[in-house]
Amino acid sequence: MREEILFQVDTPYRHAQPVKGWYFGTPGEKSLAVMGALRGNEIQQMYICARLIRALEKLEKDGLLAEDCGILVVPCANQVSMNVGRRFWAADNTDINRMFPGYDQGESTQRIAARVFDALQGYRYGVHLTSFYLAGDLLPHVRIMETGYQQGEEALAFGLPYVLLRTPQPYDTTTLNYNWQIWETQAFSLYTHETECIDPADARQAVDAILRFLAVQGLSRQKVLAPAVPPVLFREGELHSVISAAGGLLLPVRWPGDRVRPGDVLGEIVDPCTCTVLETLRADCSGQVFFLHHAQLISGHEVAFRILPEG
Amino acid sequence: MIENVVQLPLAVGEDLVIQKNRIGSGGKRLCVVTGTHGDELEGQYVAWRLAGILNEHPEHLQGTVDLYPALNPLGISTMTRGIPLCDLDMNRTFPGSEGGSMSEYVAAKLIQDLSGADVCVDIHASNVFLREIPQVRINEDTAQRLVPLAQRLNMDLIWIHGAATVLESTLAHSLNALGTPTLVVEMGIGLRLTRTYGDQLLRGLLSLMAHLGMWTAPVMPVAPPLVSSDGSVSFVNAARSGIFIPAVDHAAHVERDQTLGVVADPLTGETLETLKSPASGLLFTLREYPVVYEGSLIARILGGGL
Repeated sequence: MREEILFQVDTPYRHAQPVKGWYFGTPGEKSLAVMGALRGNEIQQMYICARLIRALEKLEKDGLLAEDCGILVVPCANQVSMNVGRRFWAADNTDINRMFPGYDQGESTQRIAARVFDALQGYRYGVHLTSFYLAGDLLPHVRIMETGYQQGEEALAFGLPYVLLRTPQPYDTTTLNYNWQIWETQAFSLYTHETECIDPADARQAVDAILRFLAVQGLSRQKVLAPAVPPVLFREGELHSVISAAGGLLLPVRWPGDRVRPGDVLGEIVDPCTCTVLETLRADCSGQVFFLHHAQLISGHEVAFRILPEG
Repeated sequence: MIENVVQLPLAVGEDLVIQKNRIGSGGKRLCVVTGTHGDELEGQYVAWRLAGILNEHPEHLQGTVDLYPALNPLGISTMTRGIPLCDLDMNRTFPGSEGGSMSEYVAAKLIQDLSGADVCVDIHASNVFLREIPQVRINEDTAQRLVPLAQRLNMDLIWIHGAATVLESTLAHSLNALGTPTLVVEMGIGLRLTRTYGDQLLRGLLSLMAHLGMWTAPVMPVAPPLVSSDGSVSFVNAARSGIFIPAVDHAAHVERDQTLGVVADPLTGETLETLKSPASGLLFTLREYPVVYEGSLIARILGGGL
């Protein structure tokens, strides 16, 4: 294990802040890069990287990494925002994950994106531990952008229950995942339940998924178990969105992972001052709840639930 | 006539309402939109003055003018650049999706309402960090169609961007892709009104309407703008973090190697960096907000290019 400062972020009125990477395996080999927190509230994503670093240190010490395996883990590239409790870049509220591939002569977040991207360049596989743009709880899954370069089948090696294929929207084209793929790294975004809070079980599942991926790809000799349930690969467009019509308090009665049938009550939206039921949200198909709006307050025309249909 | 383009219930006893004021009827349609970023207010003055003139002189209006002063009303009312509920930059959500989240739905409804206009003018005000001279920004892919329209707007500069630098998720890009000619105006600075710039654009909007056959009253002549491509624009970014202290005035002509300002360290009294102009030309962008990080944009100069 080698700990290196990848670059420093110069900040006014604060000390220069190092962005660190942890290298494992054979120097010069570029098998897998793992990026953690690019946003200041991605505490769980940073924590997953920290646990992964401990696990990889042990694998390396036990001689279980393949000879041609080289791994880089970057737990956090945005402590400037994390230390002051801000999700986006604390100076101007821009999102580093909307700045890729970056520009080394540009604005601050463009420069940071460029330096992160430079450090992560050239790897065969890339995993970005990231958070969803909608505040919500969702089933852990691997997400792949359909850029034309993606190889969705390889994502099954993580052993997580779901692999989601997403057709990139215009605003996706400046993310790390999208640009990694364009620059010929097989990129996977790994989504877990939590973002701002630490969930050890959730983190263990993510670390196990990455270790499984290494083993299946022949990058480690660690023995891993086959997943209990074969992963399901689907396109994001297959998800059924249950959209709110009313605004109020969302009181869910079904949660991510629950199986539902058409007509099942998923939750209610009630008047925040009287608890009068304003709307009953129901499933429109048989399937599994995949996403639940997180905030207890909900506006009209918001995605309250997403259901993955059976079959 | 005031119309609600989008109306959605918020959680606690309030609706999100995006309104437009339709003045006139039939004929060609000009849409003037602003307030996408809640911290950009320059367009508020222009919308107010334009509505006043059109209301006062309906006899001169031949067509329809739709005014959308606040695409992001929650942002404007709370001094928030993005959409307050989800902290998203609204101008990165287009063209949106009717089946998506609230922000995507709002974006899709706005696109529906705006598309088909003969011209759309989307007024921005830089941000809280930079002051800009009045200018129109155009993607080179649409320049042939848009530059003749932009020349009517009485702006000082038309900046034609390279296609690679254009963000596809903006309102203007989405509307232009749908065939609705859309001009992006940038002028002034965030959180402030610059009346002289507003009056300048107002004159340009009436000139554009006259050009489109929508305004029959005599209009004042507009000065021909500078037309520039990316190649003739030089950027100056801070290499050090600290406090930027300018040595020049915005909109001045500067000489190559002229000092534009310094980045200072108030604790030690040290000058961390002296920023010099890489070219001779018009200083059309200048940083107003003093705190700078490495990479913060300090200035843009029209002339030369690096």
